[in-house]
Amino acid sequence: MTAIPLQPPRRLVEFTLDGEPVRVPEGGTVLDACRAVGKDVPTLCEGDTLKPKNACRVCVVEVEGARTLAPACSRRAEPGMAVRTDTERTRHSRRLVLELLASSVDLSTTPRVAEWLKEYEAKPDRFGPDAARLNEEPKVDNDLYVRDYDKCILCYKCVDACGEQWQNSFAISVVGRGFDARIAVEHDAPLTDSACVYCGNCVEVCPTGALSFKSEFDMRAAGTWDEAAQTRTTTVCAYCGVGCNLTLHVQDNEIVKVTSPHDSPVTHGNLCIKGRFGYQHVQNRD
Amino acid sequence: MDLRFGDSKPTDEERDAVDALLGPPESAWEGADDRSDADLRWARSGRAARERRDLLLPGLHALNDRVGWISEGGLDYLCRRLTVPPAEAYGVATFYSMFSLKPRARTVVRVCTDLVCAVRGAGAPAEFGSAEGVDVEASPCLGVCERAPAMLVVRAGGPGGALPNPAPSRNWGSAPDPAPQPPEGLNSPPEGRIGAGGWDMARPAIEDEARSADIGGPGAEPPPAHAVPQSGAPGLILLRRIGVVDPSSLDDYRAHGGYTALRRAFALGPAAVIREVTDAGLLGRGGAAFPTGRKWQATASQPDRPHYLVCNADESEPGTFKDRVLMEGDPYALIESMTIAAYAVGARHGYLYLRGEYPRALRTLEHAIEQARTRGLLGENILGHGFAFDIEIRRGAGAYICGEETALFNSIEGYRGEPRSKPPFPVEKGLFGKPTAANNVETLVNVLPVLTMGAAAYAAIGTPKSTGPKLFCVSGAVTRPGLYELPFGATLGDLLGLAGTPDNLRAILLGGAAGGFVRPDELDIPLTFEGTREAGTTLGSGVVLAVDDSVPLPRLLLRVAEFFRDESCGQCVPCRVGTVRQEEALHRIADRTGAAAADDIALLRDVGRAMRDASICGLGQTAWNAVESAIDRLGAYE
Repeated sequence: MTAIPLQPPRRLVEFTLDGEPVRVPEGGTVLDACRAVGKDVPTLCEGDTLKPKNACRVCVVEVEGARTLAPACSRRAEPGMAVRTDTERTRHSRRLVLELLASSVDLSTTPRVAEWLKEYEAKPDRFGPDAARLNEEPKVDNDLYVRDYDKCILCYKCVDACGEQWQNSFAISVVGRGFDARIAVEHDAPLTDSACVYCGNCVEVCPTGALSFKSEFDMRAAGTWDEAAQTRTTTVCAYCGVGCNLTLHVQDNEIVKVTSPHDSPVTHGNLCIKGRFGYQHVQNRD
Repeated sequence: MDLRFGDSKPTDEERDAVDALLGPPESAWEGADDRSDADLRWARSGRAARERRDLLLPGLHALNDRVGWISEGGLDYLCRRLTVPPAEAYGVATFYSMFSLKPRARTVVRVCTDLVCAVRGAGAPAEFGSAEGVDVEASPCLGVCERAPAMLVVRAGGPGGALPNPAPSRNWGSAPDPAPQPPEGLNSPPEGRIGAGGWDMARPAIEDEARSADIGGPGAEPPPAHAVPQSGAPGLILLRRIGVVDPSSLDDYRAHGGYTALRRAFALGPAAVIREVTDAGLLGRGGAAFPTGRKWQATASQPDRPHYLVCNADESEPGTFKDRVLMEGDPYALIESMTIAAYAVGARHGYLYLRGEYPRALRTLEHAIEQARTRGLLGENILGHGFAFDIEIRRGAGAYICGEETALFNSIEGYRGEPRSKPPFPVEKGLFGKPTAANNVETLVNVLPVLTMGAAAYAAIGTPKSTGPKLFCVSGAVTRPGLYELPFGATLGDLLGLAGTPDNLRAILLGGAAGGFVRPDELDIPLTFEGTREAGTTLGSGVVLAVDDSVPLPRLLLRVAEFFRDESCGQCVPCRVGTVRQEEALHRIADRTGAAAADDIALLRDVGRAMRDASICGLGQTAWNAVESAIDRLGAYE
């Protein structure tokens, strides 16, 4: 039997979304309401296991009476507010956010971004061939995961997952400022000289593939990574008695990646180094 | 929290600098060299150890002040002392432009490259050449625009001037003397948590003869009144004591009407003080023009305790220097008005967040706060009324964004100075998550005349919607640059008439880099919040920068764009990448006009609109204002 944690009942807040009345539990966000009624709002920095950072601004919506647009992911629903999700103004800002990101960051492994670029008619090339890019090389300094910051949109999710929201290792931080800001450990040292415990919970939340399993990174480089050919099997980690759920991503009868279901009440998507990376013995055939 | 620290050790100098701020370490857990038996039995950790996170920024200052840069060993030691993760501390240290994480010379000359200095013909830092033991860095506006062009000499050193100063070099191109001898008593030992290390002074890089005669020769910084052309004139309200009283003398301040407003406040009680400020129609002078009374009322009515008062003295808008002049010339007025504000909102602790580039204001205020404490005007039981309040100065370290109030809170708390998203607003959850009233220096100082004159008399000054006197920072191509006080309602022409404009006036920038340009034929714009709004521009923080035709407009616009690119915190995409794209486009069209620039101007409009609509805070939202106004109003690139 699966235990389903019950939350205390919450009052409902009613407001209008694109002219239709909607209701979300008190404390819920505009994005919660959008998802509840099946409106597809693009999101990048929002994470289902993390507090909204509202850094990417791709989910902006128009709140009646507000001077600026509001991020749907973090704007709490208030009774009587009138929200529009698909106006010329919201489309303009979403298009520009996508253009600005796509012109500076490698979004080739970001899920759904190609679809959004098309939907919002974004033209990242319009900034010209000399537009500044991040120009980062992949950091391969350990056997478990790779940090390819050329793909980093600075969503802060890895920092939050490493810090007080989940892992409490505080191994990484945003360093520098503005366009030069990057994710790094202290003194830009390699990961092996840092407080990293290789739980891989940063990899779990990374929305762009900037952080990836070494196995995935190598297979992508070799051209053998094929998500369509992978099976996903959710099981229970056998290392200790906590009972974490593991989802094994298997391609050609080899485990290529391990994740954990974000709605698992045990892990909320988080694992330790053993569950995340300790799978080699399964496929060691010698 | 199980933190991992590196193996690098601090030098004795670094250890000493940190210990001078925090006291010696109590155990090996806090970084003491020798581990005692007791340490093995009992670890000091947990909340008590972590709750000193707000000392991270003062700690970084302590290291940087002493050694000139922050080394791995020094940062690590500070992290051990404060139980801060090294990665986070590194993230904080790299956020501020006045800190260096790489070795650099003990003397750093920060050369202003910003708007006003550009208009006044400042050279690029590269033109300064080099000298042994001195590094030259470019800096955004240093806030001494009345004396532009400006530079700031920062000298690291031990307490009491124990370390030898590098010999001034004479081989420096256009800079006559990059390292003037510090005046006496400058390298004073740090005091308590908020001490200053060896700082030098801001002084003009190129002194014209007339001015150096005024200011007592090269090397000496002119008195604050030098920045106030109206100094001593009758009818001044906010500036009436500048140049008249001795800023180091509390008695002088009291002899000139000081502390009558606080007595009146105590006689009225907190609620009535808020009512007076509300009735007076006082609007915030930092740029947003929010009603001060409403802010105070909202803070005072919060049930959550404690309440905090924050004075925002992180004046960094290019062309703004009003708060510096107030703090340097009349420091007790700020202390008195902060006490009144704290009394009104129910705060016992006030933070004064002072921009890192203001060493003289720091010294003046430190002295004034100490004096006020000694005389019972700060501390427990002020003036025998049972009200307790004290002020702590926190120095910024070179980040324009920390003038945004929520970024300022993060900076004080020891985090990166990134703005928080609102709501919740500071009156509800501000500094340390508690209800906070955050006010600009000029706003606070206006509370004194509100109370001494009474709300009705104060509201009679200016216009019905913009009441009271207003300070204007006039700079650039004018004969008498400086800080002017005029009642709201005077026109731009009135103000420029006082300052003296040249015949070849090309444009006037109102409100600084985040403001907007107006044409020389728009001098009848009334300088009020509503008047400038109706004219489609902004008063901002009171910057009035006159631009003549000696500097090409595209160069100024490019500088505005560079400024925002440099100062963007990087948190949200529209501002982080948008400011870069804006700068790139302005680079491309620097020498183009008409159809050749049309595509890039369309691009600028697109990017600008997204920055204005979708950025988290005011920095990104206003980063396109000045450029837009130059295109639409001045016809730049036509």
